[in-house]
Amino acid sequence: MTDTVKAAQDAPDAEQPYRELGLKDDEYARIREILGRRPTSSELAMYSVMWSEHCSYKSSKVHLRQFGEKAPQTDALLVGVGENAGVVDIGGGWAAVFKVESHNHPSYVEPYQGAATGVGGIVRDVLTMGARPIGVMDPLRFGPADAPDTRRVLPGVVAGVGGYGNCLGLPNIGGEVVFDETYAGNPLVNALCVGVLKPGEDGKGIKLAHASGLGNLVVLFGARTGGDGIGGVSVLASETFESTGPTKRPAVQVGDPFMEKLLIECCLELFAEDLVVGIQDLGGAGISCATSELASAGDGGMLVDLDRVPLRDPSLAPEEILMSESQERMMACVEPKHIERFLAVCKKWDIPATVIGSVTDTGRLQIDWHGERIVDVPPRTVAHEGPVYERPYARPGDQDALQASGPESLPRPSTGEELRAELLKLVAAPNVASKAWVTDQYDRYVLGGTVLAQPEDSGMLRVDEETNLGLAIATDGNGRFARLDPYAGAQLALSEAYRNVATTGAKPLAVTNCLNFGSPEDPAVMWQFAEAVRGLADACLELGVPVTGGNVSFYNSTADVAILPTPVVGVLGVIDDVTRRTPMAFDAEGDVIYLLGETRDELGGSEWAHSLHGHLGGLPPKVDLAAEKLLAEVLINASRDGLLDAAHDLADGGLAIGLVEMAIRQGRGARVWLPEGIDPFVALFSESVARAVVVVPRSEEVRFTDMCIARRLPHTRIGVVDGDTLDVQGQFSVPVEELRATHAATLPAIFEPARDASPLNAG
Amino acid sequence: MRIGVVTFPGSLDDGDARRAVRIAGAEPVALWHGDADLKSVDAVILPGGFSYGDYLRCGAIARFAPVMSEVIAGAKRGLPVLGICNGFQILCEAHLLPGALIRNDVRRFVCKDQRLRIESASTAWTSDYSAGQEIVVPLKNGEGGFVADEATLDRLEGEGRVVARYLGDNPNGSYRDIAGIASEDGRVVGLMPHPEHAVEELTGPGTDGLGFFTSVLTSLVSA
Repeated sequence: MTDTVKAAQDAPDAEQPYRELGLKDDEYARIREILGRRPTSSELAMYSVMWSEHCSYKSSKVHLRQFGEKAPQTDALLVGVGENAGVVDIGGGWAAVFKVESHNHPSYVEPYQGAATGVGGIVRDVLTMGARPIGVMDPLRFGPADAPDTRRVLPGVVAGVGGYGNCLGLPNIGGEVVFDETYAGNPLVNALCVGVLKPGEDGKGIKLAHASGLGNLVVLFGARTGGDGIGGVSVLASETFESTGPTKRPAVQVGDPFMEKLLIECCLELFAEDLVVGIQDLGGAGISCATSELASAGDGGMLVDLDRVPLRDPSLAPEEILMSESQERMMACVEPKHIERFLAVCKKWDIPATVIGSVTDTGRLQIDWHGERIVDVPPRTVAHEGPVYERPYARPGDQDALQASGPESLPRPSTGEELRAELLKLVAAPNVASKAWVTDQYDRYVLGGTVLAQPEDSGMLRVDEETNLGLAIATDGNGRFARLDPYAGAQLALSEAYRNVATTGAKPLAVTNCLNFGSPEDPAVMWQFAEAVRGLADACLELGVPVTGGNVSFYNSTADVAILPTPVVGVLGVIDDVTRRTPMAFDAEGDVIYLLGETRDELGGSEWAHSLHGHLGGLPPKVDLAAEKLLAEVLINASRDGLLDAAHDLADGGLAIGLVEMAIRQGRGARVWLPEGIDPFVALFSESVARAVVVVPRSEEVRFTDMCIARRLPHTRIGVVDGDTLDVQGQFSVPVEELRATHAATLPAIFEPARDASPLNAG
Repeated sequence: MRIGVVTFPGSLDDGDARRAVRIAGAEPVALWHGDADLKSVDAVILPGGFSYGDYLRCGAIARFAPVMSEVIAGAKRGLPVLGICNGFQILCEAHLLPGALIRNDVRRFVCKDQRLRIESASTAWTSDYSAGQEIVVPLKNGEGGFVADEATLDRLEGEGRVVARYLGDNPNGSYRDIAGIASEDGRVVGLMPHPEHAVEELTGPGTDGLGFFTSVLTSLVSA
C-alpha cells in the first residue's frame, strides 16, 4: 500500500527504515522537524538520496567554500560553482562549458556500465547548460597493472568509456591512466566533458536549472524510467566496499548511448528555438533530484503527477520511481504556449516526452500518485539545505615518518650504462609506457575538430572553423605527491595541468576538479581533503584561474585502507588560432633543443622511486607558482610568434622521459648534452616543476633566447634534433626504435587477449 | 555539383562528410533518413556512426529508412554512392554491395591512422588516385571485419572491385585485407576507413582522404 501524507499524519509513530537508507538518527530527526510529522516513505526516499554524501556534499561543503572565497578576479567566468557545469567566455562570441566528475564505485562493481554511464552523466551536465558537447577525456586509475583484478576492471572500463563515447560521436582527446596499489579495490573512473555555446548579448544561450513561472509545465523526456540504479547514489557512492555481503550489481545503471545522442540533438534544437525556461538532467537521485532542484532554484512550488512517468517496468513503486537512476533522461520547464512545438521536436527525434506537472505558487514540492499526495515538502530542504558537517580532521600520525623517509636512501645509477638500464626500465613501467592500447579504443577523430589528442600535452579542439579559435584541456593528478603533502599535491596537480595547456600554446583560463579521497569519517583522510582544497584554492588564486565546478568522491577505500588522496585537476585554456598550436614531437632535423626552468634534486614521490623501487616517502617537488606563470607566458607567446616547432612538459620521469616521448612520437632522435654542474641522474630523473623542453628552429633561436632573457626565464641549450637515436652525450645512447618498442609493449602484453580463433583468421 | 549526405538517427560523421564535400569544392546537401527525397543531388554519401544504435546488426535497420528506397533506386540508375564505415554496413545490408561486416577479430574498437593501398582507381570515388597508390586515413570501427564466401571474394578480385586494402597488420580480421569494395558498375563504393577525417592537415593524419571526394566530381563532370 502506498504511504501517503495522510497516512503519515494518521500514523505518526510508524517505524521507518531510515538507517538502511543511509540516514543518521539526527538527520532523520531533522526531517521530522522540517515536516512537522514523520516523512512518507517517498519523502524518506527523497531525503535519504538527496542528503547522501554524493548529492549533498555534507562533509566537503565547509571546505569547498574556499573556491568561491578565494576566487581570482576574472571576466571570463560566466557561470561558476553551483550549476551543472561552469561556463567560461573564450572570446569570439563563444563560451566553453566543462566539468569533471567521478563514477568510481559503480565502475568497480560493473566496469563497462559504470564507466559508460559516467561518460553519459557528465555529457548531460554539459548539455544541460545549453552547450553542444564537443569532447571528452577520462582520467583513470587502477590497481597494479599486472594484478588479476586489474585485468577485469581496466578492459571493462576502457570498453565502457569507448563504447559510450564512440557511439555518442564525441572525440576522446586525452586523460590519464595511472596504476597504484591503493586503487586495487577501488579504481578511479573520472570523466570530463567539454562543450561550447554562444551565450549571446543577453546571455540567453546559457540554460539554467530552474522551474519558474506559475503555470509553466514540467516535462520529463528521454528514456523511460526503469529499475536500474535504484539507490545507486546512496548505496554505492556513500559506502565502502566490504568483502562480504550481497552483490550490489543491480544498483549500477545501464547506459543507452544511442538515446543520449538523440537527446543531444533534440535538446540543441529545443534550445535553438528557445522553447525551455529551465532544464535539468537526471543523474544521481533521478526524479528526486531534478524536481527538487528545479523547484528550489525556481519560484519554489511544483506539483507533479508521478503516475504519469513512463515506465520500463510497470511494477515500480513510487519510491523506486523517485530514486531510479535510469539514464538518458531530462526534465524541462516549458511555457504552455511552447509545449506543442516542444513535443513536436521531441517526436522528430523519437524522444518520448511527457508533461508530468507544473509550476505552482505554493512554495512546496508536491507529488501525487494516482490522486493521493505522497510528497509535500519545502524543496530547498531537499535540494540545497541538507546537513552540513564540520568533520574532525587531524594530521595523520605517520605523516612525519613518511616525510622523513626520503628517496636519498635509494641506490642511484651513476654510470652511463646504469642510467641507460634504468631509463629503459622506466620507459617500460606501466605508468610511463604507451597508453595506446587504451586510447586506440576511443574515437579521437569524430566531429573533425581535433587538433591535438593524447599523448600530446593537452587535448585541443577547434571551436570556430571560420576564425580557428580553439580550446585546450589537460587533466592531471599525482596521488603520491598528495599523500606526501596534500596541500602541495593539489597545487602540483594544478601546476601540471596549467603547464600542459600552456605547452600546447593555449592560455589557461579556468579549472574543474574531481577530488577523490577515502572516508571523511577518518580524521586523517579529512585532513588530506582539507589540505588539498586549501592548497588548490590558494594556487588557483595565485595563477588567476577560478574553479568553475567539479565533484567530490569520498569513501574510496577497500577494507580500512584509503586510496592515495587524489585531487584530479582539469584546466581549460583558449587559443586564438589553433594553427599556431605547439605539438610535442621532435620533427625537423637540426632544430635546437632547450630545457626551460630549473632542475633541483627532487625525487620524493617520483615515478623513478615508485616504479623502480616501490618507494614512497620524503617531500614532493617544491611548488613554484610564479615560475609556472612565467614559463606559461613564454610558451604561449613563443607559440603565437611561431618560435617553436615543438614543446613538451616535464613531469613523471623528468627530463629523461620527456625526451623519450618527444623522440618516439615521430620516430626522430636527438643528440643531447646534460646541463653542467648537476648530477646526470638528477638532471635526467628529477621531477622539479615549472620545466619544459622546447624545440626551436635555428632561424628563430636568437629571437627565442632574447625572449627568455628579457623575461628572466632560465633556459639551457641541451641538444639538437638529429638521426634515429637518443644520444645522451658522454652517458649512453638508445635507438629510438628500441625506445618505441619498449614503450609500446607493456600494456598489450598484459591486457591484449588472444585474437579470435575463428575461421576469419584463416581468410 | 551537389552531394547529399544522409543523417540517420545515430549518424556521427555526417558533419565531417559534409565538410569534406565542401573542401573538395562541391555543395553538401543534408538528407534526412525519414524523407524519401534525394533533393536532386548528384551523388550520395552514407556517413559513419551507429545508425539506430546498431543494437541489432550494424546497418540492419537503416536499410529500411524511407531515404534508402531512393538511394537504392538511384544506385541502380548509376547514381554514385559512397558508404563509409556504418554506411558500408548499410550498403551491404541493402544488398547494393556483397558480403558483410562483422565484429573485429581483436574484439575491441580500433581507432588508428591506417595505411591503405588503393587497388582500383576506376570507380566513381577513386579516379583521382592511381592504382597501387598508398595513402593514410583514420580507421575507427568495432565491426569492420569484411567477410564473404570464397566465390564472392574471387569474383570481387577478378572483376577489379576490391577498391582498397589494408597494409601492415590487418586491423580487424577482414578477409584478404579488404578495406573497401565497389559495385559492378563502379558507382557504389563501400569503405571501412574514414577518408572524411583526412581532408585537412590540421585535424587529420594528412589530406590523403580528399581524393575520394574530388574523384566523384571528376566522374560527374566526365559522365
